[in-house]
Amino acid sequence: MAVLTYRDALNQALREEMARDRDVFLMGEEVGVYQGAYKVSRGLLEEFGPMRVVDTPITELGFAGVGVGAAMAGLRPVIEFMTFNFALLALDQIVNSAAKMLYMSGGQVPIPIVFRGPGGAALQLAAQHSQSFEAWYAHVPGLKVVTPATPADAKGLLKSAIRDDNPVVFIEGEMMYNQKGEVPDGEHIVPLGVADVKREGSDVTLVAHSKMVAVALRAAEELAGEGIHAEVVDPRTLRPLDVATIAGSVRKTNRCVVVEEGWPIAGIGAQVVDEIQRAAFDDLDAPVLRVTGADVPMPYNKQLEKLAKPDAAKVVRAAKQVLYLA
Amino acid sequence: MTQTAAKPQPVPAKEADALRKLLRDMLLIRRFEEKSGEAYALGKIGGFCHLYIGQEAVAVGAMAALRPDDYVLTSYREHGQALARGMSARAVMAELYGKATGCSSGKGGSMHLFDVSKGFLGGHAIVGGHIPLVTGVAFAIKYREGDQVALGFFGEAAVNNGAFHEALNMAVLWRLPAIYVCENNRYGMGTATERASAIYDVAQRACSYDMPAETVDGMDVLGVRDAVARAAQRARDRYMPTLLEVRTYRFMGHSMSDPIHGHYRTKDEVEQMKARDPIESFAARLRADGLLDDERWQTMEAEVADEVADAMRFADESPDPAPETLTTDVYREAVP
Repeated sequence: MAVLTYRDALNQALREEMARDRDVFLMGEEVGVYQGAYKVSRGLLEEFGPMRVVDTPITELGFAGVGVGAAMAGLRPVIEFMTFNFALLALDQIVNSAAKMLYMSGGQVPIPIVFRGPGGAALQLAAQHSQSFEAWYAHVPGLKVVTPATPADAKGLLKSAIRDDNPVVFIEGEMMYNQKGEVPDGEHIVPLGVADVKREGSDVTLVAHSKMVAVALRAAEELAGEGIHAEVVDPRTLRPLDVATIAGSVRKTNRCVVVEEGWPIAGIGAQVVDEIQRAAFDDLDAPVLRVTGADVPMPYNKQLEKLAKPDAAKVVRAAKQVLYLA
Repeated sequence: MTQTAAKPQPVPAKEADALRKLLRDMLLIRRFEEKSGEAYALGKIGGFCHLYIGQEAVAVGAMAALRPDDYVLTSYREHGQALARGMSARAVMAELYGKATGCSSGKGGSMHLFDVSKGFLGGHAIVGGHIPLVTGVAFAIKYREGDQVALGFFGEAAVNNGAFHEALNMAVLWRLPAIYVCENNRYGMGTATERASAIYDVAQRACSYDMPAETVDGMDVLGVRDAVARAAQRARDRYMPTLLEVRTYRFMGHSMSDPIHGHYRTKDEVEQMKARDPIESFAARLRADGLLDDERWQTMEAEVADEVADAMRFADESPDPAPETLTTDVYREAVP
């Protein structure tokens, strides 16, 4: 197995899928000549040419719509947003055009498109550049929402997303591009809608996606030092959500904490908790707790920013609470 | 256009048939829309229903210049375009009735008519939101080195929208085979162009993108046809997009729930425009050219009335979509 960065794993997925299918193309700001704002598309322009690696003006609504139109005519676009903060400008195209086209055409017009780019907070980028929007997209029927947490998942899930005949919102972690991990050699596919147990344990389930998987794993490590065995479940795909795996873990541990970087109200965790209480009510020994981003716009100040973000200490505290140890 | 008084030149039979077909296509839309209005009043058609009466020459003229393998996208006032593109009155009416036999299986309704087999890619109901889709379809054509065109209709109110600007900018930047047809009927719902746009001439906006543009009389079906033909040639020969501003007028209210005139326009104005009725004027022209007589006209009227009555009967008798279709077509199943 090769050790790759998250960035290079995504790059491999794009390269392999573009080589495999001539209908796949990449479009977005700075994806070509500049080699990608986060260098995910490095080398692709040279390999595939300007018709398949398309630099756009700063015009998210426009090029997201161009992608949807191209998909209507049978191509398989990968639309890169420099960050998902900017995708707000394209929300009409993602929701009103991409997500609904198949349905409102009575099944005639599928939209095989991937909208991808980084989401979540980085460091001190302040309110307009530090946001987690996966809950917004997960709300919309017709979309699939994917949030890979490791290089292997990034590669395998992106390949599945590109091959999927539905619009997929693929949110990468802005802070994870340099993260390294083992990626299986050869054709590596991770199916959408299948969760992954990132660490096994018997005392408490920690459900976390994207960058929060690493936070949950750090918390699990700390808890292990105190003799508490936490299981970390990464849904990987938020829509469709693999409720069976999450509920299966909770049936084993009887306790659960759901971690997410986004805001608390109507967040991903709210949905996960709802699924758990219906699927595993009789197995719960404590109310499920959530660790979320603070219910505020992200502040710039470093100390305030730290307060606003979930971290391992907050997860440890919540885990002890559901174990009635705190 | 102004030579109706001159002595008629003999017109080849094939061309005469084509001209009469333009008239018939417009008449079908007119009668279809009148009956749609009645069906709406009876509660057989629900939701919003935006009639095309008065604008028939735009859809019919434009479609006459396209090939079967071209693509058409449009806004929510699109019954006329769907019929002009050759979709059956049955399939369109059944969709307005929300029936399983409708062109979008009863899931789209008046504002979301689709027929992929005709290259008719909807029926979109967020003002301006579909203009980038037109650019995207044109992108796909060029990507595959095709010589089709992507033609998009939208109203003049959509051009104040960012989507319009973004879409046209990229179309020229990338030299895409798109035709943007702005149907300027002078009112975005109840707001006159002068109250919404800093410049009156929509075609002028093409200057911003160095895009070829024309202003066309939308009451003249042949004028529209010829302008779209020129634009299509430009797109097919050298991947150059065009903006056409087609000056037209809707004789009805914005939707079925709006009055024909009132706070935002006068009865006089509506009557004045009705005097330029695109169907009557084209019929008069065909008569003057010796291509239409009372008998042909009456036959045409009777045929069209039958076609619309048949469509309504078909829609009426068609089943509602089965309850289990509620949850189909949300996602496309994996292709094995």
